[in-house]
Amino acid sequence: MAEHVTGQVNTDHYVRFVDVQKSYDGETLVVKNLNLEIERGEFLTMLGPSGSGKTTCLMMLAGFEPATHGEIFLDENPINNVAPHKRDIGMVFQNYALFPHMTVAENLLFPLQVRGMNKSEQARRVKNALDMVELGAFGGRRPAQLSGGQQQRVAVARALVFDPKLVLMDEPLGALDKQLREQMQYEIKHIHEKLGVTVVYVTHDQSEALTMSNRIAVFNDGVVQQLAAPDALYEAPENAFVAQFIGENNTLSGKVSSVNGSTCTVDIEGGSTTALAVNIDGIGSATSMSLRPERVTVNPPNGQCPNLFDARVQELIYLGDHMRTRMSVCGNDEFIVKIPNAAGHVHLVPGANVKVGWQTEDCRALDSPS
Amino acid sequence: MAQAEMTGDMMRTADGVPLKLALERALFRSRLRAVMLVAPLFFFLLITFVLPIFDMLFRSVENNIVADILPRTVVAIEAWDETSGELPGEAVFEAIVKDMADGKRDKTLGRVARRLNFEKSGMASLFRKSGRKAPKITEAPYREQLLKIDKRWSDIDLWKLIKREKGAFTKSHFLAAADMQYTPDGSIEMRPENRQIYTNLFGRTLWLSGLITVLCLLLAYPVAYLLATLPLRTSNLLMVLVLLPFWTSLLVRTTSWIALLQTQGVINDLLVGIGLIDDDSRLQMIHNQFGTVVAMTHILLPFMILPLYSVMKTIPPSYMRAARSLGATPFTAFVKIYMPNTVAGVGAGSILVFILAIGYYITPALVGGRTGSLISNFIASFISGSTQNWGLAAALGVMLLAIVLVLYFLYDKIVGINNMKLG
Ligand SMILES: Nc1ncnc2c1ncn2[C@@H]1O[C@H](COP(=O)(O)OP(=O)(O)O)[C@@H](O)[C@H]1O
Ligand SMILES: [Mg+2]
Repeated sequence: MAEHVTGQVNTDHYVRFVDVQKSYDGETLVVKNLNLEIERGEFLTMLGPSGSGKTTCLMMLAGFEPATHGEIFLDENPINNVAPHKRDIGMVFQNYALFPHMTVAENLLFPLQVRGMNKSEQARRVKNALDMVELGAFGGRRPAQLSGGQQQRVAVARALVFDPKLVLMDEPLGALDKQLREQMQYEIKHIHEKLGVTVVYVTHDQSEALTMSNRIAVFNDGVVQQLAAPDALYEAPENAFVAQFIGENNTLSGKVSSVNGSTCTVDIEGGSTTALAVNIDGIGSATSMSLRPERVTVNPPNGQCPNLFDARVQELIYLGDHMRTRMSVCGNDEFIVKIPNAAGHVHLVPGANVKVGWQTEDCRALDSPS
Repeated sequence: MAQAEMTGDMMRTADGVPLKLALERALFRSRLRAVMLVAPLFFFLLITFVLPIFDMLFRSVENNIVADILPRTVVAIEAWDETSGELPGEAVFEAIVKDMADGKRDKTLGRVARRLNFEKSGMASLFRKSGRKAPKITEAPYREQLLKIDKRWSDIDLWKLIKREKGAFTKSHFLAAADMQYTPDGSIEMRPENRQIYTNLFGRTLWLSGLITVLCLLLAYPVAYLLATLPLRTSNLLMVLVLLPFWTSLLVRTTSWIALLQTQGVINDLLVGIGLIDDDSRLQMIHNQFGTVVAMTHILLPFMILPLYSVMKTIPPSYMRAARSLGATPFTAFVKIYMPNTVAGVGAGSILVFILAIGYYITPALVGGRTGSLISNFIASFISGSTQNWGLAAALGVMLLAIVLVLYFLYDKIVGINNMKLG
């Protein structure tokens, strides 16, 4: 909190949102009580559906929107009342916001000139920054003469050229096509690793978030649903929204009938299953369980799966490395099973009746939305 | 669909028609349609815009009056050597007497009188007086009798003038428009200082138009900025206010400035009322340059706001944010990033307002008075009334057109006409 003295707190908490709230119209909260700590040198992604308040958080951090309540710290200094140009935060915008009347080199010079840096240092930095994004030969061009990917790189270079304390990126790859987007994801990640700069990245694309981030804050409706590393987020979602939002997911709804330490038994249509008790309100409460498609086994050998159910194959989609199979299981017609295209895998036809089974720890009993 | 295939060198469609020809045919109908759609406007512009301009160009040098009305004289005077220092011979005097008699009969003599009076004062009265008596001279000696009617006929300069202006084309309108004149012996000189009107007038027109353009720019820039950046509902309301003048008659707007600015007008009454000025020292704010500048700035303001607005609207707000995040103060960001991106709008608005101002007529005519009137008011005054002089009006018009074209050319060289963005 504000009264903390610099020496007493963990200085690795480089950026801190403390009880931050934001409302544009005085009626609804767009950001509801945000508490978020970002480590020095971390690549943190804010991931969430459109309208969940990610950009708003970024704008508050950059200083373009005031926080309605709460305090934001950068390197342990409260920055609520610091003007944007004094925050020393680099920013990459979705439309790049390169200045069209300046050449690429002039764009990069701009932050150095307004800082009054000496000429030789300016030239050195511009050259380094352009080399870093492999655009050394393009300094004399206008932004309009560059391709989308090149403009993107210039925008990244410009946000980094003045050694900012922090770099913010708001859906910077949104305008690129898929192939270029994936290539740029790696490039940005490598630049981050090389420079060790702290990055706060915003996207609504979960695979982008999983690829690039050290940690991901999943936003929904102005609230951080879960803050975790990519693998934890995928494998151990803590609520139904995260389970549904990250990766492909099967949802089974039911009622908790008994709790046994870290596991529980849940009654569902057509029987009952054991599951990890992750986020339930106790016996009798409604729960929605999350089960990843690749963790479901078709026709498992006897005794291998504690949970075994009848299933009816609805649709088969051949995807090369695996077969995506839609089945009806326990009243859920959208139950997806991924069958790897390995030697000796089962051959299914639509309409076939099969058994599907899963392990207790692969089935996570979570809160029941609505 | 016919597939293109190669036969020899030429691409052909599947049924053997050369591809080029097939394409021509396919495009013909749409081309025809396009031509038909623009044809009415094309002819309208041809008749109401292009032809009048050529007519004006022609009239500025046209000089058929002397040759038409004094046909015998222009033939006879051919043989006269104007450098000899002597009056023309009897034949020329006979010719002019007969021409004047015909002119009197056909009632055309007044025209040539007015035309020559424009070159040399006193010619009108001379022709009118001589024309009345010329029909009575029916036999030689013509020269003696004419000199008896008026001895100004013995002025050699007069005959030089007639010989000079007998041709089908004349420079004299352009000379007059540039405040120059012929000396009696036919060379060209500047008019005496006190008779130079038009260079000053052109200078004043350019200066006032420039001033009005600058004032419009200063007033319009912040308004356009607001229009482009305010939330939609507020900016729509503001836009209505900007466009409101277009729904009001130009005459009404101009006359309401008279009501405001005149010595017994609203502003003076107000100033006197609050005791800021005495009743007998009311400000003269109209019928002078001040009136012209104020009223025209007001009337031309929308023509500056709209191009500026249309350019500013296309500047994403993220430019300013990017500049701020890169460390620029709001002022630096505005000057270094925002303003350079509005150059196209500034150029378009300025050239539009300037060109409109340079040829503006009605407002300076109503509120300009003597010191605040512009070149167009003089042009208009030569088109009708007692001072009618189509040639001079046309020459002034051509010079105005030339100035506009030169400015347009310079603008194209400096800013590039393709960068211009209007509405
Ligand atoms: N400038 C603004 N004025 C009013 N409402 C806004 C403004 N910016 C965003 N919002 C609202 O705030 C909510 C969150 O927006 P945003 O932060 O842009 O979400 P995200 O970036 O996650 O898509 C949305 O409902 C949006 O309509
Ligand atoms: Mg956003």
